[in-house]
Amino acid sequence: MYKYIIKRLALLLPVLIGVSFIVFTIMYFTPGDPAQIILGENATEEALANLREEMGLNDSFFVQYSRFIINAVQGDFGRSYQSNRVVFDEIFSRFPATLQLAGIGVLLSVLIGIPVGVISATKQYSFFDNTTMVFALIGVSMPNFWQGLMLIMLFSVWLGILPSGGYGDWTYFILPAITLGTSSAGSIARMTRSSMLEVIRQDYIRTARAKGVLEKNVVYKHALKNALIPIITVVGLQFGYLLGGAVLTETVFSWPGIGRLLVDSIKQKDTPMVQGLVVFIAVTFSIVNLCIDILYSYVDPRIKSQYK
Amino acid sequence: MECKHDNLLQIEDLSIQYKTGEGIVRAVNGVSFSLCKGQTMGLVGETGAGKTTTALGILRLIPDPPGKIVGGKIYFNGENLLQKPDGMMRLIRGSQISMIFQDPMTSLNPVMTVGEQIAEVIEIHEALGKKESLEKAKKMLEMVGIPGSRHSDYPHQFSGGMKQRVVIAMALACDPQLLIADEPTTALDVTIQAQVLDMMNQLKKELNTSMILITHDLGVVAEVCDTVAIMYAGEIVEYGSIQEIFENPKHPYTIGLFQSLPSLDVDTDRLKPISGMMPDPTNLPTGCAFHPRCSQRCEKCTSMAPPMVNLSEDHQVRCFLCEDVSEQ
Amino acid sequence: MQGITSELHTGRAKKRSLWLDIGIRVIKNKAAMVGFVILAVLILLALFADVIADYDTVVIQQDLANMNQGPSLEHILGTDEFGRDIFARIIHGGRISLAVGLVSVCFSLVVGGILGALAGYYGGRFDNIIMRCMDIFLAIPSILLAMAIVTALGSSLLNLMIAVGISNIPSYARIVRASVLTIKDQEFIEAARAIGGNDFRIIMRHILPNTLAPVIVQATLGVAGAILSTASLSFIGLGIQPPAPEWGAMLSNGRTYLRSAWHVATFPGIFIMVTILSLNLLGDGLRDALDPKLKQ
Repeated sequence: MYKYIIKRLALLLPVLIGVSFIVFTIMYFTPGDPAQIILGENATEEALANLREEMGLNDSFFVQYSRFIINAVQGDFGRSYQSNRVVFDEIFSRFPATLQLAGIGVLLSVLIGIPVGVISATKQYSFFDNTTMVFALIGVSMPNFWQGLMLIMLFSVWLGILPSGGYGDWTYFILPAITLGTSSAGSIARMTRSSMLEVIRQDYIRTARAKGVLEKNVVYKHALKNALIPIITVVGLQFGYLLGGAVLTETVFSWPGIGRLLVDSIKQKDTPMVQGLVVFIAVTFSIVNLCIDILYSYVDPRIKSQYK
Repeated sequence: MECKHDNLLQIEDLSIQYKTGEGIVRAVNGVSFSLCKGQTMGLVGETGAGKTTTALGILRLIPDPPGKIVGGKIYFNGENLLQKPDGMMRLIRGSQISMIFQDPMTSLNPVMTVGEQIAEVIEIHEALGKKESLEKAKKMLEMVGIPGSRHSDYPHQFSGGMKQRVVIAMALACDPQLLIADEPTTALDVTIQAQVLDMMNQLKKELNTSMILITHDLGVVAEVCDTVAIMYAGEIVEYGSIQEIFENPKHPYTIGLFQSLPSLDVDTDRLKPISGMMPDPTNLPTGCAFHPRCSQRCEKCTSMAPPMVNLSEDHQVRCFLCEDVSEQ
Repeated sequence: MQGITSELHTGRAKKRSLWLDIGIRVIKNKAAMVGFVILAVLILLALFADVIADYDTVVIQQDLANMNQGPSLEHILGTDEFGRDIFARIIHGGRISLAVGLVSVCFSLVVGGILGALAGYYGGRFDNIIMRCMDIFLAIPSILLAMAIVTALGSSLLNLMIAVGISNIPSYARIVRASVLTIKDQEFIEAARAIGGNDFRIIMRHILPNTLAPVIVQATLGVAGAILSTASLSFIGLGIQPPAPEWGAMLSNGRTYLRSAWHVATFPGIFIMVTILSLNLLGDGLRDALDPKLKQ
């Protein structure tokens, strides 16, 4: 098992180098002069030229990339053009907000999505099943940012009972968490339902019934555990996606997380910040994926034996 | 058929249907038979004849929807199972009646250890705690020839034959009075088939369990069974003691089954397969369901369903050819 | 001889009825048909947008006297902050959304499909290289990738399509590769090779048609995803630039007027949702109809 984890972490390195290359290339070709951004509109031509020389912006693409990657491997992504803070300091000061929101959003969606999916599957085509699946589909189809705006309009503007955005006590979490939770809950409920329907047809479920197992245990003990793999995959994907900054939700609710930081940095062509953020997000994403794969082995012994 | 002691199971006129998009599948039509305590009955027929549906019907495990028991009575120890409340029925499953399914590869839960799976049935039906149940589960494993220490292994760590042994251990864990074995050896290698069958037969005798053995292998039936019921398209076409059926088969379908078997005693150049195919169960032929394939059909067979004819105390046939014999 | 020809005939009838069956199953699927009808209406509205409302005089012409008016007979969905008719802007915006959705999906489908088919068919080192590259792309959430690409290329309709298209290539590559792998070793491919079919012919005639089912489903759902991505990019100001009517951008403008003019942000969002919902319904229905497990 440990061998497997180490192997997977080792495989992460080439992926990160690839990611850094892609993001470096994209930012390299993004129009805009970093020197201008740092010195502002009123800088003299001479000062700009000096700074460009100092930053090595006149070097060729490959020289610049090599310099970037050598620094990056040492964990140095430079300083933000905008705030002049060290990139990773800025990221780590913003990440907790994102982590909290993602955690609450996923928790909410799991608590709603899995029970709803299980009940729908056991009562296929019932009134409950039909109604919840319509709502699940609407939840999946609703754009996050629009839902966020509608919630703000209802609860902040009209009713005036919840803050419309920003970061603070628990009341600030409610609307963004609902926004994130709705679509995740929808896809988790849909996946749970179809996975359960698949499992419930299996022979070993019939065996369990033939043993006289209580129907409740047939569903929750025998079926759900077998149906869990695709459900974990969806939950993990959602969590990874949210950790990567729920860009739009964070924008709508002015949430001080890394998603909004990335949007601002891209708009302001803050190259070091964008590079640092994308690599950071890729790392979190990959680690979440690894955690999912490890989790699989606890759910399904057949997978565990493959990991050796 | 009369039992010397007691009737354990008596089925009267059982009918089971499935509703599908293409129409109503009449999987079991008016099946009647009985089973004495300690005896073994063979239920023989082609794939799709309704054998498994009959077995699932006895346990009331027909998936509903689409399936439904539409008529008949199932007396087990004198009580009609079809009138039992669901909760009572659940307590019968696994303790008084248990079932061994066809494919051991898929009938064990892949995410539970085999010990847990055997212990579960013990925990449900016997007033034993988790620990004691697991201890008994280990004993059951030993009984079917698997070291008890392997209780913490998962099904994928066992071979097909071993898995079927686990299934058998699970089925016998609570000393059931009736064991239904649905083609227990079909999915196994030929060499292992005999082993598993011998073991089942021996355990059955030791525990004095009655058994319904579903199979399409007449050789197995000859070895194990006391009585035989031949099923075709949801009906029992011939039913009787093993001697009667094997020595004096009457129904053209039964005769056909025997003729399609290779025999060591008689030197035949080629086997005689039964021509044609099983009829579409949504659209059964009129009259006798077997008439399109029957070499001896007459006018009557195409329009009228033949009644069950008592040839002797332990031999019944559903065929017009035998009507005259019984009248004599 | 008689027997053989009749058998051939039934064989052909069966082949035709397979696709007919799938068609019938889709039509019988109420949810899929609801999705199809809604989508058809949206497409018709987009096609005849010019007939319903003139672009220059209605869609982008400002009329400040009429700004932020609620829904009325004259403007059924009200007017925006420049006094422009929201309904007219929405149906013209539908053109952009549907166009970006379709074109970007075609783009990712062609590129991803070819890469996936080659990787799956040839396997080995070739497969390894392609799929590792795809892993790199998959490690970046696609919306972030699209954001970065569109910033680099500059915002225009074409660049938006390219950005959304590139960011979705890996998912198609994966799907096509997976289904090629399952089909590749089946006997009818062996048979095609045995009678001397070349690789190109085998891929085009035998393998690709058999990967069609999962690809059709993914593409339908992919159009929904692409429309959402387009709206998202415009919402954060990286998509299509004003005064062009884009759903996400209209919604973003409406943010400022949540208190005074609720309809400005509400209606474009409803159209995004309904479009995505209809595609999801259709995609689900297609998946059910094409699912071989349900064919029995």
